Amino acid sequence: MVSVTDEKKVVSSPPTGFQVVFREFLKDKLAFFSLIAIVLVTIYVFFMAYFVIDNDALMRVSLRDKYAEPGEKFLLGADQGGRDILGQLIIGAKNSMEIAIWITIITGIFGIVVGLICGYFGGWIDNIIMRIIDFFITIPSLMLIIVFVTIIPKYSQWDLILIMSLFLWPGIARLVRSKALSESRRDYVNASKTLGTNDFIIIFREIMPNLSSILIVELTLNFAGNVGIETGLSYLGFGLPPSTPSLGTLVSYARDPLVLQQYWWCWVPASVFILFMMLAINYVGQAFRRAADAKQRLG
Amino acid sequence: MWKTVLRRVVIMIPQLFVLSLLVFILAKFMPGDPFTGLITPETDPARIEELRERAGLNDPWYMQYARWVGNLVQGDLGTSYRFKQPVEDIIGEKGLNTLWLSLLSVILLYLIAIPLGMLAGRYNNSKLDKAIVLYSFISYAIPTFVLALLFLFLFGYTLHWFPTIGSVDVSAVPGSFDWYWSKIYHLILPAITFAILGTTGVIQYLRSEIIDAKSLDYVRTARSKGIPMKKVYSKHIFRNSLLPIAAFLGFTITGLLGGSIFIETIFGYPGMGQLFITSILSRDYSVITALVMLYGFLTLLGSLLSDIIMSIVDPRIRIE
Repeated sequence: MVSVTDEKKVVSSPPTGFQVVFREFLKDKLAFFSLIAIVLVTIYVFFMAYFVIDNDALMRVSLRDKYAEPGEKFLLGADQGGRDILGQLIIGAKNSMEIAIWITIITGIFGIVVGLICGYFGGWIDNIIMRIIDFFITIPSLMLIIVFVTIIPKYSQWDLILIMSLFLWPGIARLVRSKALSESRRDYVNASKTLGTNDFIIIFREIMPNLSSILIVELTLNFAGNVGIETGLSYLGFGLPPSTPSLGTLVSYARDPLVLQQYWWCWVPASVFILFMMLAINYVGQAFRRAADAKQRLG
Repeated sequence: MWKTVLRRVVIMIPQLFVLSLLVFILAKFMPGDPFTGLITPETDPARIEELRERAGLNDPWYMQYARWVGNLVQGDLGTSYRFKQPVEDIIGEKGLNTLWLSLLSVILLYLIAIPLGMLAGRYNNSKLDKAIVLYSFISYAIPTFVLALLFLFLFGYTLHWFPTIGSVDVSAVPGSFDWYWSKIYHLILPAITFAILGTTGVIQYLRSEIIDAKSLDYVRTARSKGIPMKKVYSKHIFRNSLLPIAAFLGFTITGLLGGSIFIETIFGYPGMGQLFITSILSRDYSVITALVMLYGFLTLLGSLLSDIIMSIVDPRIRIE
C-alpha cells in the first residue's frame, strides 16, 4: 500500500538533474547497456595499455608468426610482422580515444567560450566571428587537414590534435551561440544586468549552467565524431604518426588487397571495434539528448 | 527571389577570396617548387635561378598571388608535375568519373530514403518504424571508411558480386554496349555505399514531417471529403513533405564531396577524391591546390543551391 503522504512527496519533488538522466537510461535498455559497455571497455583498454602491455615486446617483429591465424597463441591472430593483433587493438584504441578526448576538450572549451561571447554580446563581435565560423563551415576541411598534415615536416600527436581542433570548433561555437542568444534575452539575465553584475559572471556563472545539458549532449556526440574523423585520417595515412598506432592504422592494413581478402583478422577487429564504439557512444548521446529535452523523454 | 540569390552569390565572393588566400599560403609552405624535380647534380644553379625568375617565383608574394588568381579565373590551373599535363585536363577527366558516381549515388539515396521515410512516418511507433529508425541510426553512426571496407570485403571479395577496383573493364571496347555496362557495373557498389551513408537526414526529416502532417487541417479536410487514406498519403502529404527534401540536395552534394576521398580510395575508383590522395602522396602541388579550390567552390555552390531551393519552397526565409 502506498500511503497518501508518500504520494504527495513524489508530486512535490519533480525529478531533476541526474535523476532524469538515470530514469532515461532505465527506460532505454540499449542505451543502458551501451553506457556500461563503454565504461567497461574504456577501463579495460586504459588499464591494459598502461599497466599490462609492454609496447616494445608487442611491436617486436617475429617472422615465424607472420599472419598467424586467430588461435591459442594469438587470440585475434597476428599481422605481417607476426605482431599480436589484440595487443595492437588495445594500444590503438587507447591512442584513438585519447586523441578524441583531447580534441573534444579543446574544441569544446574554445567553441563554448566563443559561442557564449557571440550570443551574449551580439553586435559587431558576433558579426565578425559568425563570418569566420561560416567560412570554416563551408571550406573542405578534410582536405585542408590532410594538406596541413603533409606540410608539417615532423609532426607529432599534438600537431594532429591542434590541426583537427582548428577545423572542428566552429560547429560547437555555432550551436552554443544560437542557444546563448535566446538565453541572454531571458528575464533572469536582464535582472542580473540591472543589478550591475559583471558580464563575464553572467555569461559563465548564470547562462552557461543553463546550457549544460545541451553541451553534454553535443560533446558526447562530438567525441564519437572525432573518433570517426581521426581513425579515418589514420586509415588514409594522414592521421597519427606511425610511431603511435591508432585504430585507423590497424584498419589500414586492409589497403593491401591480399590482407583485405585472406588475412581478414588483421583489419576486421579494429573495424568492428570502431563500429561498436560509435554506435554505443551515439546511443548514450541520444539518451542524454532525450533527458535534456522534456518533450522527447521516455521515462 | 532574385535579390536573395544575388545576395547569397555576393556573400560567396569574400569566402572564396579567403579560401584562395589560405590555399595560396599553404602552397607556398609546401616544400619545393616546379623546378625541384629538374635538379640533378650537373644542373647549373644559375640555370635554375633563371627558370625561377622567368616563372615569376622571385616576385613578391602578392604579385604571385594576383597572377595565380588571374590564371585561376581564366581556367588555367597550371601544369601537373606528375602527369606533365595541364591540371584542368586531368581534373576534367577524373571529375567526370566523380560526377557519374555522385549522380548515381544521389538517385539511389532518394530511392532508398523516400520510401523508408514515408513508411516510418506513416506507421510510426510500429515494428517497421522502429526497424527503420534503427537502420538510419546505424547508417549515421558508422564511419564512411568502415562501411566501405566491409562492403568491399563482403560483396566484392567474398561474394564476387561486384568488381573490386577501377571504373571500367580494361578489355571492353570504348563506346560499345559492354563498355557502358561495365562502367555502370563498377559504379554500383561505391554508389550504394554512398547512398546508405547519406540516407539518415532524409529519412528522419521525412518521417517527422509526415508524423506532423497527420494532424494538420488539410489532411483532415481531405479525409472528410472521403479521399481514401492511401491517396491522402501518396498525393497530399507526399507532395507537401517532398519539397523541403529537395532542399537537402545541396547538403547531399557537400557530403558526397567529403566522402569521395574515402570511397574512391577504397574502391579504387579513379575520381577526384582518389586523385587528391595520390597527388598528396606524390607532392603534385598544382593539382592539390586546384582540387582544394574546386572542392571549396563546389561546397559553396551546394549550400547556395540548398538556399535557393529553400527560398523557392518556403518564402518565409527569403533574405530581404
